[in-house]
Parts: sequence; C-alpha cells; structure tokens
Amino acid sequence: MLSVKHLIDTYSLTADDITQILDTAASFEEVNNRAIKKVPALRGRTIVNLFLEPSTRTKSSFELAEKRLSADSLSMGGSTSSVVKGESLADTIQTIDAMNVDMFICRARLAGTPQKITENTDAIVINAGDGKHQHPTQAMLDLYTIRKNFGHLDDLKVAIVGDLAHSRVCGSLAPALKTMGADVTLVGPPTFQVDDPDWFGCPQTSSLDEVIEDMDVVYMLRVQLERMEGAAIPSRREYNRLYGLDMRRVKRMKDDAIICHPGPMNRGMEINADVADCARSRILDQVNAGVLTRMAEMYLLLGGENNGVSA
Amino acid sequence: MAFLLKSAHVVDPQLGLDDIRDVLIEGKEIKAVEKGIECGEDMEVIDCSGKYLVPGLVDMHVHFRDPGFEYKETMETGARAATHGGFTDVATMPNTDPVIDTGTGVRYQIDRAHAANLCHVRPIGSLTRGQKGEALAEIGDMVMEGACAFSDDGHGVQSAGMMRTCMDYVSQFDRVAIAHCEDESLTVHGVINEGRASTRLGMFGWPALGEEMEIYRDIELCRLTGCPLHIAHISTAKGLELVKAAKAEGLPVTCEVTPHHLFLNEEDISSVYDTNLKMNPPLRLKSDMEALVEGVIDGSIDCVVTDHAPHAQHEKDCEWEIAFFGTIGLETSLPLMLNNLVRTGKMSWSRLVEVMAVRPREVLRLRPVRIEVSSRADLTLIDPASEVTVDADYFESLSKNSAFLGQTLVGVATDVFVDGRHTLKDGIVA
Repeated sequence: MLSVKHLIDTYSLTADDITQILDTAASFEEVNNRAIKKVPALRGRTIVNLFLEPSTRTKSSFELAEKRLSADSLSMGGSTSSVVKGESLADTIQTIDAMNVDMFICRARLAGTPQKITENTDAIVINAGDGKHQHPTQAMLDLYTIRKNFGHLDDLKVAIVGDLAHSRVCGSLAPALKTMGADVTLVGPPTFQVDDPDWFGCPQTSSLDEVIEDMDVVYMLRVQLERMEGAAIPSRREYNRLYGLDMRRVKRMKDDAIICHPGPMNRGMEINADVADCARSRILDQVNAGVLTRMAEMYLLLGGENNGVSA
Repeated sequence: MAFLLKSAHVVDPQLGLDDIRDVLIEGKEIKAVEKGIECGEDMEVIDCSGKYLVPGLVDMHVHFRDPGFEYKETMETGARAATHGGFTDVATMPNTDPVIDTGTGVRYQIDRAHAANLCHVRPIGSLTRGQKGEALAEIGDMVMEGACAFSDDGHGVQSAGMMRTCMDYVSQFDRVAIAHCEDESLTVHGVINEGRASTRLGMFGWPALGEEMEIYRDIELCRLTGCPLHIAHISTAKGLELVKAAKAEGLPVTCEVTPHHLFLNEEDISSVYDTNLKMNPPLRLKSDMEALVEGVIDGSIDCVVTDHAPHAQHEKDCEWEIAFFGTIGLETSLPLMLNNLVRTGKMSWSRLVEVMAVRPREVLRLRPVRIEVSSRADLTLIDPASEVTVDADYFESLSKNSAFLGQTLVGVATDVFVDGRHTLKDGIVA
C-alpha cells in the first residue's frame, strides 16, 4: 500500500512508495509481453480520464493501462467537456462524481487542479500533469527507465536540461530523484531557470558543456513553446547551439550514460534527430515504461493487495 | 438622543488621554468628557467598564463594488461590514464599473452611502480616465464633489510620464495621490510571490522588485512634483526601507499595510491552493512580514488598511491561477490587530488608535475626531476580552472570501457612533 491516497505530486511520496510503484510496474512487464495483454485486477472499477489540456501520449498511455487492468474507462476533455462551456471545475467534478466513479485521471492547464478535484469527490485522483506544477506519473516512468538501465537510482548523476521554469516534468522528476538518492543538476539558460532551485536542493547552472561529461543521465526537456508567454530565448537556432543535445556533445558523455526526453520532441531544437535515435537514447523505453508504471499506480491506489483480486 | 458612556477607558493619543472617563454624546457632538457625569433624563446609559473608547476607526482602502459589481458588495452591505468591524469611516477605491473618474461618480457613491445611513463613505477618485493610465481624470470636479484622495489602485499608473502628470495636477489640491505600486512588465502573469512559493506550487511569480521599483519611482516623482504621496498596501521590507528613507528626507510620503501582509506570509499557502490567500500584492516572505510588523509598531508605517476586496463564491472557488485577487478584511482587521499585537503587548493602545484612526484621517485630509468637547461624535467602543470566531456566518459583507476563515480572535468592537447615531449596538449593526 502507498502512504498517499492520491497521486498529486512527488514530494509526498516516500522512497518506499516509489520503490513499490517501480517493483509493481516490473511485475507487469510479463503481462505486457503476452499475446493477451490483460489481467482482471481492476475489473468493474470505473476510471474517468479528464483531459482538460491536449495530450496524446499521456492519455493513450493511461487508456492502454486501464484496458490492460480490465477497468471501465471514460475519456472526457478538450472540446467535448463542459469546462469549455464555462462550467466550473467543481460542478464538472460533482457531476461526474454523482455517477459513482472510482478514479479520476486529470490533465489540466492550471496548477492545483488535481487538488481541487479531491475536494469535490471521494474518488481517487491521479495527476496527469497540472500546469507548470507537477507531472508525477511522468517522473515514475522516468525513474523506472533509469533504474532498469542502471539497476539502481542512488548515486546516479542526472542533469535535467532545458526549459526548467515552465516544466512540470522537472518539478516532479527532480524531487523524486532526490528522494531515491540520485544527484540532480539543473541546466538551462537563465531565462528558463527555476525561481528557487534551493527548493529542489539542486545546483542550477547555465552551462551544459561544463557538466555533461560527469553525467550518467542527460534528461532533455521539451521547450514548452506553448507555455513560454513571452520570448525567453532569441531563436531556436541559438537554443540548439547553446543547449541542444547534438552528436558533438553526446560524444563527450560517459561511455554508459543514457539520454532521456519526455516527448514530444522538438527535433533540431533541444535534441538533434540523430541523437534522438542513437544507441544511448532511452526515449522509447520511457514510453513503454509509461504503460507499466501507470498500471502500477492505478493498481496500488485503487485496491492493491486489498482489492480482492490479484494481478 | 443623548448617550452617556459610563466608565470607558478612553484612549486618544491626540490629547495624551489614556484613562477612565464618562463621555456624554448629544446630537452629533461630544458634550462632555469627565470623571463621573450625572445621569440626566433622556439619556441612554451604556456601561463601558472594561471597554476601550477610541476615536472612530477609519479604513482608508476598501473596495465596495458599487456601481457595477453589486453581486460582490454594495454601498449598503459594505457599510454594514464596516460598521460591524468597528469603523466610522471608509475610503472606497474607484475601480468600479464605470470607474469613479468624474464628480458624478463621486456624488453617486456619497448619495448611496447616505441612503445606507451607517458609516461615512469617502470616495477616492481615479487618477486617470477609466484607470487606463492614458489621460487625466476630472480630478478637480471630483474634489468639488467630495473625493478625499486619488488613485488608480488595482493597476497602478504604468507610465512614469503619466504618473508625473497626475501628481503635478493633483499637487494644486490639498489631496494625496495613492500609489498602487506594480510594474506590470515585471509582474506579467504573476499570481504568487516569486521565489520559493512560485517554485513549490508551479506558478508564475510576482517579484518583490515589481513593487519596489515603482515605490522608488513614485518617491522620486513626489520629490519632483511636490505632490503628497501615499504608498498603498506595502508588502516588502525593501519597499518599507525606501519609504523610511523618503520620510527621513522630509518628503511628504506616507504608507499603509494590510492585516494579511502583517499576519500571513507565503508559507501559509499550502498545496491545498486556498484561493482566499491569493492577493495583489501577494503574500511575501516571513522576513517581510516581520519587518512590516516592526514598521507598524515603530511608526514608519502610517496606517493599517484592509484592501477589503469582496469576490463572489464562484470567483474564488476555482483553480488558483484563474481565481480573483483579494480578501475581505473590514470585519477582521480590528480583531486581528488586537489579538496579534495589542494583547501580546507588542503594540500600545495609543499606537493602535494612531494607525487605525488618527493617521488615516490626516492622510485623507478629514477633520480630526478627538474625544473632547465639541468634537464630532464618531466613536468606536471596543471589548478587548470578547471572542469572535471567523466563519461565513460572522460576516455582514455580501462576500465571504476571507483569508482568516477558521480563526478565533480575542477583541472586537461592540458599539459604534457616527455623528452621534448608534450604528453598532452591542455587536449588532443598526
């Protein structure tokens, strides 16, 4: 059992919680490799995928995870949701809640939305990304990918590179890595740096070239073009030259170091095409881990050992 | 009607008075202040033993959303809230719809307030037409209709050149320009203090510098134009240092602080995202809060004001980033000051009276109220031992968006007299 009722942020997770999620995800590897990729673990449970902001990979990853656990799911959001028609979040949630659902998966443009949902329903809430705040399920799939590669997380050196200030990925990944004993460095242009790196307990630098040789993991963030709200960098070209991961930089990395990216990539901006497809890249492993870790999170939160059905 | 207030502890720093007195009110005036006044016929006697009688409290920074947003607060509900909180006077900010930028608007608010017949409402006119920061509002017309000060509160005047013109123009009248200090090119999308809080909660920050730069700018414009300047809702230690330095130079600069900036800081904003804590300027650091408390006590801050900002439930019961800015404050201001500063011995009663009654009247150029014969009978009677629980039912305000919901505070106004009328009787609004 996890120590939390909902999965809202990674600050609230203990090392034991994270280990449980990763271990449970590993146990689902076998299910995902079968011809019949399905277990009855969440049969009869109703899960609502409330995506108030566009999403392709996170949404499809959750939907597949739900199907593989035999849950009944309903996807709402975008142009079909009444939020677009001006309904308040509280009304939307209370309306869905009145239909007796067990879990909300929520993606939202505004920070704190998942927390507000918990105030309007007894159902369990998983945060699938809220504004610039948190994206905990992304952090879990990243940790899974990294742990699978190295066999451990403690003492690894990880650089998170790019648009730190607008990144919920950084906001959730950095604390989770710290909790697991990894050593995190934040790298980005000053206009993309977080207001208070001390909150993460991480050093922050504007020079990728100074740190890249020491790193076990180079985690490239997507430049959130849609979240920039004003020009913080002069051009894509200059960004690529200063902060983009190109082969020249890749060659300076440690022999066994790996590259991650949460996607979707801006090829030619934060990561060059040949780098994205090179042997060090774990980007597709991350996508694969997304389904496994999301199955684990839903399974652990919505019953786990107490749901009367074993996986 | 005459009222005889028996055995009140009268505090009036203007007279150096801090002692037990009987006070007789007749008509609109104080008729006698003595030890032991005989009870005559036609006198309502009020036993004030254990209570404090002070010059009527003034909140020189409130938002009564009338005209335009009457679903949040009207002149009447606002006046009821003010009375319930112990105030005899409030000064209303002009960011209504339409903006109060002509004498007609000022007259409307005064007439509405007269109809409510509770506290004195002193309209503050806008500096620029429509608060757009582009052209002068009809400031002289508003002075003639009774405007007590001028401000573009809510935004601030973005252009230094326009602010200079405003202050030049205001300088011909005996009025202050009240500056809402916010450089919007620095605060942009900010919804929370920039730093730990913005990082922790993942939202755009509102940097302290966005306020401090404009305080500096407006102090220099005060020096240039000679127009008296009052800095609204100061929220940072550095901003207060700038004001102190200006005062030390003898410039006509004053400032005010809100109870929420005195008693709350960004650490109070938890991952629950309680939108009643979303303010403009935002709750700052604990160290800022402590510096502001020090400033209220040592006299470098002139006034305590509430920035009473009523909003409807649907405007607050939503995600933080789209919630409206502000908290109501009229009914918690005095209890908070009593509970947190006076009861704890950090602040004297006479200093409390200075920041909540004497100095606001001076800044607004209102006639002074003193507890002496022939003074206007605008008085507040306070029970320092009475307990209030701050919940939705406690408020007379039409809106309930208080940052202090759930608190229990000791010390509250029980009675208020305005022009000799008994507007608050034993805690009940007349």
